[in-house]
Amino acid sequence: MAQTNIVPMSASARNAGVAYDLDWIEDVRINLSASERRVASLPGRRSVKKDAQAAWLLKAVTCIDLTTLSGDDTASRVRRLCAKAKQPVREDILEKLGFAERNIHTGAICVYHRFVKTAVEALEGSGIPVAAVSTGFPAGLVPHNLKLKEIEASVKDGAQEIDIVITREHVLTGNWRALYDEMRDFRSACGEAHVKAILATGDIKTMRNVAKASMICMMAGADFIKTSTGKEAVNATLLVTLIMLRMIREYQERTGFKVGYKPAGGVSAAKDVLNYQILMKEELGRKWLEPDLFRVGASSLLADIERQLEHHVTGRYSAFNRHPVG
Amino acid sequence: MSPAVIRPSTAIPWGRILSVAEYFETMDYGPAPESDAEVRAWLAAHKSSFGHFIGGSFVPGAKQIETNEPATGKLLAGIADGSKKDIDAAVSAARNAHGPWEKLGGHGRARHLYALARMLQRHARLFAVLESLDNGKPIRETRDLDVPLAVRHFYHHAGWAQLQESELSAYKAIGVVGQIIPWNFPLLMLAWKVAPALAAGNTVVLKPAEFTPLTALLFAELAHKVGLPPGVLNVVTGEGATGAALVEHAGVDKIAFTGSTEVGRLIRKATAGTGKSLTLELGGKSPFIVFDDADLDGAVEGVVDAIWFNQGQVCCAGSRLLVQEGVAIEFIKRLKRRMGKLRAGHPLDKAIDMGAIIDPIQLKRIGMLVDKGVAEGAEKFQPEITLPVTGCFFPPTLLTNVETSSTVATEEIFGPVLVSMTFRTPDEAVMLANNSRYGLSASVWSETIGLALDIAPKLQCGVVWVNATNLFDAAVGFGGYRESGFGREGGCEGIYEYLKLKAWAARKPKAIQRVATEAEVKQNFNEPLVDRTAKLFVGGKQARPDGNYSRAILSPSGKIVGEVGEGNRKDIRNAVAAARGAEGWSKAAAHNRAQILYYVAENLSARSDEFASRIKAMTGNSKAKYEVDASIQRLFSYGAWADKYDGAVHSPPLRGVALAMNEPLGVVGVICPDEAPLLGFISLVAPLIAMGNRVVVVPSERHPLAATDLYQVLETSDVPAGVINIVTGGRDTLLKTLAEHDDVDALWVFGSKENSANAEKLSTGNLKRTLVDYGLATDWYDAASSEGPVLLRNAVQVKNIWIPYGE
Repeated sequence: MAQTNIVPMSASARNAGVAYDLDWIEDVRINLSASERRVASLPGRRSVKKDAQAAWLLKAVTCIDLTTLSGDDTASRVRRLCAKAKQPVREDILEKLGFAERNIHTGAICVYHRFVKTAVEALEGSGIPVAAVSTGFPAGLVPHNLKLKEIEASVKDGAQEIDIVITREHVLTGNWRALYDEMRDFRSACGEAHVKAILATGDIKTMRNVAKASMICMMAGADFIKTSTGKEAVNATLLVTLIMLRMIREYQERTGFKVGYKPAGGVSAAKDVLNYQILMKEELGRKWLEPDLFRVGASSLLADIERQLEHHVTGRYSAFNRHPVG
Repeated sequence: MSPAVIRPSTAIPWGRILSVAEYFETMDYGPAPESDAEVRAWLAAHKSSFGHFIGGSFVPGAKQIETNEPATGKLLAGIADGSKKDIDAAVSAARNAHGPWEKLGGHGRARHLYALARMLQRHARLFAVLESLDNGKPIRETRDLDVPLAVRHFYHHAGWAQLQESELSAYKAIGVVGQIIPWNFPLLMLAWKVAPALAAGNTVVLKPAEFTPLTALLFAELAHKVGLPPGVLNVVTGEGATGAALVEHAGVDKIAFTGSTEVGRLIRKATAGTGKSLTLELGGKSPFIVFDDADLDGAVEGVVDAIWFNQGQVCCAGSRLLVQEGVAIEFIKRLKRRMGKLRAGHPLDKAIDMGAIIDPIQLKRIGMLVDKGVAEGAEKFQPEITLPVTGCFFPPTLLTNVETSSTVATEEIFGPVLVSMTFRTPDEAVMLANNSRYGLSASVWSETIGLALDIAPKLQCGVVWVNATNLFDAAVGFGGYRESGFGREGGCEGIYEYLKLKAWAARKPKAIQRVATEAEVKQNFNEPLVDRTAKLFVGGKQARPDGNYSRAILSPSGKIVGEVGEGNRKDIRNAVAAARGAEGWSKAAAHNRAQILYYVAENLSARSDEFASRIKAMTGNSKAKYEVDASIQRLFSYGAWADKYDGAVHSPPLRGVALAMNEPLGVVGVICPDEAPLLGFISLVAPLIAMGNRVVVVPSERHPLAATDLYQVLETSDVPAGVINIVTGGRDTLLKTLAEHDDVDALWVFGSKENSANAEKLSTGNLKRTLVDYGLATDWYDAASSEGPVLLRNAVQVKNIWIPYGE
């Protein structure tokens, strides 16, 4: 892979990564209280209502990585999810919102390697990519060579996106070089497939760790940085989001590369995702509201958005059973 | 540098409404209006016309003035313009209510304050929307900050009422309190003033600002509905003249004012010598210091909260940005980017950061100051953001390349305008931060705890936020150093401002002392005593008076017992300079100060007979030995207190602490009483130096020799040079020079009634903290009225250092 500090010609060029440079993380300073105040006050400073809210929620639908990552997943379960990804919002609601002719679908489907093929087949022609969690997800403690093999297998099966987990030990012991090397190998193994680096922020705990791990993964070529597997005790929060977004901004300023962001786990209500979108827009800008730079790993979020959208068009509060399950 | 482009919004007042599909493309924020229906209904119920609230009901005023919506310029309501007669009626209602209100007792008042807190909570949105309309500030702020903080203030002070009898038993209510509040936080300032006043057993006449009277009227109306007895809280609306009538009213026992330093000075002058207690919370030009090891993004958000909160119309706004040179370019770059994300608009839009400026006059003033700053060499940056075309709006503004000599670096702009400068070292940061007549607050940003906690005590201001800004809480005192005023609001330091010491309340005017005339003395041929010259004591040395005149000191029978130097203006100047130079004393360990106080006592004790006979010779007091013993005991007492009069750790609702530190005032002038020439001197000087102040003392004019004899005691007791300076001479002239000296931080005057009046009147140049006796006699032998916290409280000013923490 490229080891360069040259700013890419196209602003939307894929992150090529840069050479390992410890200086980039040495002066990372995070004040927890100040960060908390920012995320605590932002929802009060920005509000999205009525038609704007419906639009933002529809946009959120297009950014969802509709996910199933359970031990009891089966092919039929995955196929049902794929069907939902293709038609995430009831047609009559879309029509009333003026979106009858628009192809609204989720950002991706996210599954374990075992179901990549199933999903690719189910989604054929839809334009919806399949993302595979990989590298010994969720703990990431299988041998390194097996991690690379798992990535290669998923890519071979048609996965266009690979969600890798980092070795938390590298972060917790400050072994940044090892983290960089690991991530670079993952990126290499992905080839053309885009790679999302899961930091497991609930495991690495401190905001300084989150910031440094974010920067190292981006330096090693991550296309997205992602909060969590959904399996840690604490998953996505607005606080870690703020820290990660600021690192994305810094990385862009240093290299010109735009890296995407994916919160995962715990984003289950429509009003939650609005707060994430607001934070994206405020910290990074409009471009980071589209699925090429923003994804939300979620399973139950969509159902809540559907209810909100129905409420928007009917004026009546909706119920879950009125919307097809995914 | 891109010039400001202020694009008018395309529709009024809510901006253009798009379709869902259009929003899907632009991902703009749509309008998010808060309804004002309930407020309009309340205004309509009053026919949009209000009288004063006096004695439990609305009373029409003779003349009406108007209050407008700053966001649209539209008329909001008519209000009464209070006359002297209206103030009379309100003060008299408050006076009548005072007795029964005080008698109700702490618990009874606690019930009322609790009810007021609950009432505010129940009507929170009504207050928030009304405040936003009347003031122009964003609904987010009134809803999330002003109203919740006001609620918290009433809860907290319900607690002080409850605890008053057990915890504050040496004190009682002052009486009728006149309170004048500004337009920038109308309801919150009402809470800061009214809650402690009522809790302590006072009754109140409140004069809200003419621009923003409505939440006070709503508060009074609803307070009455939840059972607050008539006359306990009265609201008289009007303009400056109404406030002046309140200040001058003879029936008012205390004035509490928040507003401009200019008006604060006028109030100090108007109340001088009247015996009215006074607290002033005035202007500021507060520094916002960013070190190179700060969380820069966090600090950028801090700046937003510091200077664009309430459109910068905040007395403690962090309006002077000081950035360490090495990160200045990066920081300013990030700040400018952040400014581009600010949204200004109608205050009832829930998706804005900035609302309207209070009034066109203010808007014009801000614009003029910014222009002046640019003319004086500053570079102006205003982001390309949309402002409403009508109403009173000013864009967020950053002035860089500002020099310390520039007008905008020293004047309070009271608008959304930040000036920025750089510094090289921590010392220089402190120097620049303190280079101001003001001293309200400061914000310090560094991730190094040692650095931040080293800087905070060095800043001359009443509030320091470490890695934070504009945090407020009822449990934490707020108030200024220097020309930002005196007194504290909130916390235990604040409740004392509404109490008076019972022992002092009982003082009587001093007995008039017969002035001795020089008697004829027959000389003889006995071997005389060796002649002694009592000079002045300045900077640790005995110094001849500048004028080189002396004055004779007489015994009651008219015999000359000695001569002292006749100090003049220049001697005071020299003494103040010596005291200013003895800064090390303020930083010395409390243990060291204690040791020196004990040592003074030890050396005084060794010469107690000599002092006793001197006092006897001067005063004729046959029990002079008691006075010397009492003085030694008092020195021991302050030796004891020196390392025990601690500050407090407050518990505001955040993960962190607020350290309330008792800091010395600095250089304090002391005018000593004639009664008890040694004990009076020691009783005033010892608490001041125990707390780290340096003093310039004018001893008893009639009996100064006890003080001049002390020179040798002080010299042998290792009192560092300049800590205690003594200038003998004419009290009235020396007092005048001390009161007018702008490098004297505080003035204690125990003399005649006129001395007290002059001290208060002449000290407005730099708004000294004054402690005066109004010519009343203090019993210097009674510890309850002249020893310990009674005086120590006046020998310090409280600085609250907020330290949020977390990793």
